[in-house]
Amino acid sequence: MGFWNRITSIDRRAIYLLIAIAIIIPLFFPMYLPVPVSREVKSIYDYINNLGPSDVIILSEDFDASTMAELQPMFDAVLRHAFLRDVKVLITAAFPTGAGLAYRSVKRIAEEYEKENGRDYIFLGYKPGFGIAVQMMGIDIQKAYPTDYFGTPLRDLPLTKQVKNYKDMKLVVTYAGSGIAGVWLTYAHERFGLPMAVGCTAVMGPDYYPYLQSGQFIGLLGGMKAAAEYERLINKPKLASAGMDAQSWSHIVMIIFIIIGNIGYFITRKKKA
Amino acid sequence: MFYKRQIPLLITLIAGFVFMIQYFVPLKASQNLYAWYLDWALIIGIFSGIMGFYSIIRLHYVKVIKKAPNWYFSLITLLCMLLMVLSAIFTGMESESLFMKFYNYVQVPIEATMFSLLAFYIASAAYRAFRARTAQATALLIAAVIVMLGRVPIGEYISFWKNIAIPLPGGTTWHIPSLTAISDWILNVPNMAAKRAINIGVFLGSMVMSLKIILGIERSYLGGD
Repeated sequence: MGFWNRITSIDRRAIYLLIAIAIIIPLFFPMYLPVPVSREVKSIYDYINNLGPSDVIILSEDFDASTMAELQPMFDAVLRHAFLRDVKVLITAAFPTGAGLAYRSVKRIAEEYEKENGRDYIFLGYKPGFGIAVQMMGIDIQKAYPTDYFGTPLRDLPLTKQVKNYKDMKLVVTYAGSGIAGVWLTYAHERFGLPMAVGCTAVMGPDYYPYLQSGQFIGLLGGMKAAAEYERLINKPKLASAGMDAQSWSHIVMIIFIIIGNIGYFITRKKKA
Repeated sequence: MFYKRQIPLLITLIAGFVFMIQYFVPLKASQNLYAWYLDWALIIGIFSGIMGFYSIIRLHYVKVIKKAPNWYFSLITLLCMLLMVLSAIFTGMESESLFMKFYNYVQVPIEATMFSLLAFYIASAAYRAFRARTAQATALLIAAVIVMLGRVPIGEYISFWKNIAIPLPGGTTWHIPSLTAISDWILNVPNMAAKRAINIGVFLGSMVMSLKIILGIERSYLGGD
């Protein structure tokens, strides 16, 4: 068997090993490559930066642990920015398994900025039939969520006096690795006119560009790079910034594999012919 | 038969047309009807959750009882469900509760690990299958490589040519775009055009399917007799 034949039929475990090395080593020895900020990320930052203590936004953690590596850092970055600006935040989740992730993240960041549930934010959590809850919040939040995640009636929370429905809100940002953004778009944005932005996995990003160009989304956070850009904008480099080098090198290794695979393919094909 | 077929078809027909019209009527009565519908829909949604819970228990219970192939996985599923429910009931859902410990230290790492393995499979599959066999495959390959590089910081870093200015007639200059800029163009122009075409097709199909369901032409949602 010739060299190129051996290369094209390389053991998949060797590929796994090289990918693992390309991901792990940069995490220990980061290069801190500069992350240029894209227009679609900057527009979300600018929008939130123009809000103040009298404004309320919704952040919806519409994902579970399977996509948390990409989506959690962007949720955290936007929440940090909102707390930095003293913007009030309502937090929802489309999946029961996402509510737990949101809870531990909100708890940590709220402590960091000394924010209190009920006064500075309300953790609403998960509601079965989430699409219906999204529509109900357009009429009355207390109908959709009579209590918060901890069972406290919403009518007893100070922040509820400031907000009744979408008319009293400035923005919803949904973070999703699924098509749940379509629910927010159809009902919260189109039916009730609430401005919206989306945070999604890199692989789903291309699906949402038409909505961005049409102006239905004020901005788009696509993948971990967008999270790293947002962290840079708020000057809080966290997990996404740390992961950028690993992602860069894993992409390089994958591209090298694709190139080698194609060279091997053409050489072996020529020999067969 | 009448209760199983005609009544559900009639409900679908009336509800379909009423709420289609309701969307375009801004009157108070119309809004009240919408709010009333949402109350009902939320209750039905909660019951569907109960149905789902019952269904998964029944499915795995039958597998265990009948000792179907791999029945022990069903037993583990049932035990884990029971454990999570009991831990939530007896220890609550606060951050230090047993329920959250199971969630944070078992469920989350398992789910994240399962999805993370995709990176390895994708790399292996790309190496074996991503070949420039035809002109279309070559175009896809080149676009994929540019977007892969353009969507990570190293793409901008290795674009050494981006500062080269090419003088143009009229005294202006043109900078050769970086990989990030080319990647943005691919996403914003050809990708968007293709996505729009797909979306228009999908949504027209959805509208037709909705009308077929409302008019009772499409009845598969009623299930078999």
